[in-house]
Amino acid sequence: MNKFEINNLDLYYGNFHALKNINMHIKPNTVTAFIGPSGCGKSTFLRTLNRMNDLVEGCRITGEVLMDGKNVYHNTDVNLLRKNVGMVFQKPNPFPMSVYNNIAYGPRTHGITKKAQLDEIVEKSLRDAAIWDEVKDRLHKSAMGLSGGQQQRLCIARALAVKPQVLLMDEPTSALDPISTAKVEDLVMELKKDYTIVMVTHNMQQAMRASDETAFFLLGEMIEKAPTGKLFSMPQDKRCEDYITGRFG
Amino acid sequence: MNTKVKQVMQTYRRSPFSLAMRVMLIVSIAFTVGILAFILIYILANGIPYITPSLFSMEYTSENVSMLPSIITTLMLVAASLVISMPFGIFTAVYLVEYAAKGSRIVEVIRLTTETLSGIPSIVYGLFGNIFFVTVLGWKYSFLAGVMTISIMILPLIMRTAEEALIAVPQDWRQASFGLGAGNLRTVFKIVLPSAVPGILSGVILAIGRVVGETAALIYTLGTMAKIPDSFFSSGRTLALHMWVLSGEGLHINQAYATAVVLVVIVVAINALSGLVAKKLQRR
Amino acid sequence: MNHKKEIAAKYIFMFFALASILAVALISIFIFAGGMPALKEIGIIEFVFGTKWKPTAATPYYGIASMIVGSLLITLGAVVIGVPVGIFSAVFISNFCPDRLYKVINPAVNLLAGIPSVIYGFFGIVIIVPFVRNVFGGNGNSILAASILLGIMILPTVVSVSQSALRAVPSHYYEGALALGATKEQAVFKVVLPAAKSGVLAGVILGIGRSIGETMAVQMVAGNQPRITFDMTKGIRTMTTNIVLEMAEAADLHRSALIATGALLFLFILMINSLFFVLKRRMNSEH
Repeated sequence: MNKFEINNLDLYYGNFHALKNINMHIKPNTVTAFIGPSGCGKSTFLRTLNRMNDLVEGCRITGEVLMDGKNVYHNTDVNLLRKNVGMVFQKPNPFPMSVYNNIAYGPRTHGITKKAQLDEIVEKSLRDAAIWDEVKDRLHKSAMGLSGGQQQRLCIARALAVKPQVLLMDEPTSALDPISTAKVEDLVMELKKDYTIVMVTHNMQQAMRASDETAFFLLGEMIEKAPTGKLFSMPQDKRCEDYITGRFG
Repeated sequence: MNTKVKQVMQTYRRSPFSLAMRVMLIVSIAFTVGILAFILIYILANGIPYITPSLFSMEYTSENVSMLPSIITTLMLVAASLVISMPFGIFTAVYLVEYAAKGSRIVEVIRLTTETLSGIPSIVYGLFGNIFFVTVLGWKYSFLAGVMTISIMILPLIMRTAEEALIAVPQDWRQASFGLGAGNLRTVFKIVLPSAVPGILSGVILAIGRVVGETAALIYTLGTMAKIPDSFFSSGRTLALHMWVLSGEGLHINQAYATAVVLVVIVVAINALSGLVAKKLQRR
Repeated sequence: MNHKKEIAAKYIFMFFALASILAVALISIFIFAGGMPALKEIGIIEFVFGTKWKPTAATPYYGIASMIVGSLLITLGAVVIGVPVGIFSAVFISNFCPDRLYKVINPAVNLLAGIPSVIYGFFGIVIIVPFVRNVFGGNGNSILAASILLGIMILPTVVSVSQSALRAVPSHYYEGALALGATKEQAVFKVVLPAAKSGVLAGVILGIGRSIGETMAVQMVAGNQPRITFDMTKGIRTMTTNIVLEMAEAADLHRSALIATGALLFLFILMINSLFFVLKRRMNSEH
């Protein structure tokens, strides 16, 4: 069964038709990468999956997004949806509080208050995000003091702490140096055992290295989606081929 | 003469306009800063020698003209007016920044009314307080009438600084919070408001300064009774009102200087504190 | 459940936000309604243009023309004194001020804005009034004394609004003028200052508003006689001081006439503020 099924999805910002008739299936425990030139709608589409576009004024959506067969735009508790579909943003955005409280924020939001339980979640999340060793001695110091790469892995840990099923990553490495980028990519491949991952990337090498499936977006349309190896070696659509061979973008 | 000075002299010889303007600039800024220094130093020099223990007696009499009751009244007034205006000011800002649709009708109207409120002179507030709280509601000259009047007066100040502080909180943090499944309410109270505290605080401190210095809005609401109000419905006078009464009588000029010293020191301290908080905000 | 709490919270915040609307409504209603009986009884023309104010005489007169003149004269004087100094100070701060000096001057301007009216008034009583008496004659409590004092009191307003207007002028204006061989002063006064004129004017307007609305400091130094005079060394009364001087004993028509004075003052201020916002908006759209 598919984790997500998107049928006939259209999205408008006011009069601007930002996403045009998107249809897509996303399988569980895979990494799906979205590529395409900036402004093509890949980030917007990612944000329809956990309804972050609800926060944008004048945004209107038609069509359906089914998660485990249930339409997330119909009779769904948005907060519960966002707990199940975690998100990691382009720019690392830790809260201005301690490392510990950053991780504990999510579980506390969803009603976990026991110290022992929180301690356990914090450690596990930080370990899963491969940053435990770097921060275990400074759990109660401000997260703002970490390096950019550490902050991003902290944000991943924070997203994991609410035990999501899906992890959305919006260009998670675009603000990071190459070494931190490699760490995050390794982490992504590790995490797909337990999570379904959907990732927007501006970097085609990253899509090739880290993803199982790749979808190419252009001007609000999804042009082509295929297993990553296939899409990059034998793109079916001319526009997709032009993009991955670097003729535009 | 070194070459730099020579060059400057040459420029000014070629352009007398520039020289004239430069002189005006220096004279003006010297006047602006100098007048402040003069007021402060003059009051301190003339007042400090007359600060005596009797000026701080618990009871005011027409002989000792003690300012202690009015200092205590001022503190009470500050506390009570903040209790009222802080929730209104801060929650209004929360509504405008975190809830209302940008540019919606209600936002426009609220913005217009707070701007109107911030332009109204204190005597008009005093007049309104006298008509509404003192007369219509029948509270007479009372602590409560003074508190209500002054709370409305400082509301726009607190609201506007709180609004600016909330706007300055990075959007990323809100997104992260929503992304974890937190609702609006939790995001506002756990993420947005805590990070906006320094900005809100600097506005609150400015508001305290306004309350401490206010007279026109209080004369006909709080009244000028020289004792600590013993209930919400009894009159009192703040330090600034006390200062006004003293200098109007002309009988206790030395004590008036001494009272002015205390008032000035409090105001300078409040300003310095506000500046400090604002600086802390910038550093972050 | 959670959803309900969120909706409730939204309406609670909205309730708090409506308070400022309620406050403006109440203030307008009570001030204008309170002045209405006087305007009806006395007649608007007689009230605004009448030159005699004798509310307690056997045949009372309620004309506030002298106080309108008083407010305008004192404000004019304050503008003449405070505005040039304020604008030059703002230019200095925004274009000529070394960083080290800024750390002293900026808090000084803020503090100037924070000093209470009574302290200014007291300073006026002990310094400015004797100064006017000794230099210009008369008893010192005068239009001139009030103008000097208000000129000082509006300084911080003029300075801070003008300064932010000057800072908003794009630096290429200034650099362009320098590149044409202008001196620093020429570049600032002939290019930057004209480009900032809406904002500077907004500062002046706000200063005028402050000056017309100021009560206590004026009351302490202006003499407060309700008469029309253009002799700067003589005393005069303003609309604001009329209220504060007589409110304690006023009743009935007299009280209503004082409230009507407040209503007129309120109207003046509303007009001045609207002008200020128009200018501020124009400033924001200019660059």
